[in-house]
Amino acid sequence: MSGERRPTMAVWKFASCDGCQLTLLDCEDELLPLAGQLDIRYFLEATSAAGPGPYDLSLVEGSVTTPQDAERIQHIRSVSRHLVTIGACATAGGIQALRDFADVEEYLSIVYAQPAYIDTLAHSTAISRNVPVDFELRGCPIDRGQLIEVITAFLSGRRPHIPDHSVCFACKRRGIVCLPVANGTPCLGPVTHAGCGALCPAYGRGCYGCFGPSASVNMPAFIPLLHRDGMSDTDVTRVLRTFNATAPEFADASGAPPAPAQPEAPDPPEES
Amino acid sequence: MTHRGSRVLHVGALSRVEGEGELRLRVDGARITEARLRIYEPPRFFEAFLRGRAHTEPPDITARVCGICPVAYQMSSCQAIEDVCGVAVTGQLAALRRLLYCGEWIESQTLHIHLLHAPDFLGHSGAIEMARHHRPHVERGLRIKQAGNAIVELLGGRAIHPINVKLGGFHRVPTRTELGPLAERLRRAREDAWHTVEWVAGFDFPDAGADEEFLALAQPGTYAMDSGIPTAMAAPSSAGLSPESSRALPTRAFPVRDFERHVAEYQVPGSTALYSSLDGKRHLTGPLARYAISGRWLSTVAREAAHAAGLGDPRHGTVCRNPFRSILVRAVEVVHALEEALRLVTDYSAPAVPSLPVPPRAGTGYGATEAPRGLLYHRYVLDAQGTITDAALIPPTAQNQSAIEEHLRHVAQSFLDRHPDPDDEQLRLLCERAIRNHDPCISCSAHFLDLTVERH
Repeated sequence: MSGERRPTMAVWKFASCDGCQLTLLDCEDELLPLAGQLDIRYFLEATSAAGPGPYDLSLVEGSVTTPQDAERIQHIRSVSRHLVTIGACATAGGIQALRDFADVEEYLSIVYAQPAYIDTLAHSTAISRNVPVDFELRGCPIDRGQLIEVITAFLSGRRPHIPDHSVCFACKRRGIVCLPVANGTPCLGPVTHAGCGALCPAYGRGCYGCFGPSASVNMPAFIPLLHRDGMSDTDVTRVLRTFNATAPEFADASGAPPAPAQPEAPDPPEES
Repeated sequence: MTHRGSRVLHVGALSRVEGEGELRLRVDGARITEARLRIYEPPRFFEAFLRGRAHTEPPDITARVCGICPVAYQMSSCQAIEDVCGVAVTGQLAALRRLLYCGEWIESQTLHIHLLHAPDFLGHSGAIEMARHHRPHVERGLRIKQAGNAIVELLGGRAIHPINVKLGGFHRVPTRTELGPLAERLRRAREDAWHTVEWVAGFDFPDAGADEEFLALAQPGTYAMDSGIPTAMAAPSSAGLSPESSRALPTRAFPVRDFERHVAEYQVPGSTALYSSLDGKRHLTGPLARYAISGRWLSTVAREAAHAAGLGDPRHGTVCRNPFRSILVRAVEVVHALEEALRLVTDYSAPAVPSLPVPPRAGTGYGATEAPRGLLYHRYVLDAQGTITDAALIPPTAQNQSAIEEHLRHVAQSFLDRHPDPDDEQLRLLCERAIRNHDPCISCSAHFLDLTVERH
């Protein structure tokens, strides 16, 4: 019996749009075969059955934005053997991290007539800023093929094969004409993590960086190219401050103040 | 049974929905005195950080409100900004947008039907468990969903947060040859979708009725999806009818620009989602409202499907007010969306340009489209440089929240009348079902379900 035990998996959600966990349900051809190899114990979006941990694999979507969530992620880490973040929110704070560049009190007053009813942190932090993370899968949203690679790698006990080079590599491999070179179209491809398959260039559009920074980026050399292709300083700041605004390379290049050394978790987590 | 005092029933972390929330029921003796859906999805502040962004950015940014219906956000935002800038997208570009929207309806509604909602009717915790007993039905659902995804992936680049949408049209438009192969796939999916209607029609539906005004877009001649005029249909009680009445009632319409004069948002303690009301009253958007207001414009095959499923003939003014049957209306809408998509693919010829220029202009613009879960309204204020100075997004969930609470109160009360001393687990399952009738989608508004029952 124990020799046939399927690894247990849980899928968790923090502040996000659900798009990354939905990617799992979008694996139409692979969904049922995958589900046969895993014991999906906790996945609120897909099942109302909630089984106890510990979990061999936890997939975490979303960023930490509330005092309660800062505690919840500590608990999830303590019941998870492997913790993998899925998506730009979990890996880089997500679009909701735009609050980090603003006054959250002012944000509250814009959206809510009664800001006092709302409990939120001034920052939106990546999961790795709260707890140790075993692997980070990038993208807003993540790529279906990469997600399947991460899960199958986990099932076979190896490291996922997710290259950390830039979108440019994927573009060259697909034989797409370089948009900045051929048309002067501003494109974040040179500094953006691969994973989408160079989707935007394939549609004639400059990359807007939704997978966040790639492994080695040289922003001081790159930004003048964006200027050359017609982007103003404001445009550059805007494009860097969207879905991966607090990824360190993008944040630095957009002139962000340094992020807090520690996210404002209210209390030390209890060991459980 | 011993006399019980007041107590609170608390349903924690609602499942098979998108977003996070919980439910609190207050029971005084044998009466449910309060049903409160507490949405604790952390606030994400879209309306705040849209300020200061360029007018070209909302289609990409607002897509991130919701992973289940990003196209709806893209389409409402394009419409609103094009409204400010005085640009009308027509012809084949508009047809392609409608095709993209059909793709989202097909995949999003099919997800809702097969993976999130059907397990409730068959007593399963989810689709993966349900697949052990009903595998062909789950596989069929996945096939239909794939057909929807195929449209969104081809036109949008990817199924979640498409990249190819821009103001005035698209970054790139497909050739007729690229679109052609979709047709065969859509025909097969239409066959599958018809079988889904038959399957769902065999479910056991609890008796229930919605006594709210319905609100949906109307565009005479077509089943409104990507545009139309907000149109409200009176509540049955206003005509002295029961909430289950299947009679169409008088409608009234107002321009999209007057939306916020009619639909007012308000806040209640303990919920990050804003509530809203229609002219001071509860209202409901979504499939039941669309079917009541536009049912007569369904395609012939979809109308036949509706008739075969026992929904009556909408051409004769039959409406459906049972929220549990919304799954049936969704299934019919999938048939319609597949037919519409097939028509658009067959009639397609590539437009001369992929997009129209949308130069910025100062002013206020309004946009509304029918997201799979209901009417989604956007408003933007731009300055002359095209910088956004104010933005308002009113999603369907926020509009429906008050109606959902009322339905929960009814469902829980009728259950309590039959089972004076129910266990909380039974009550929780029933409440979750009542919510999934409307929505799997709470992150728009701000996920779910914790149930608390307070008994006094």
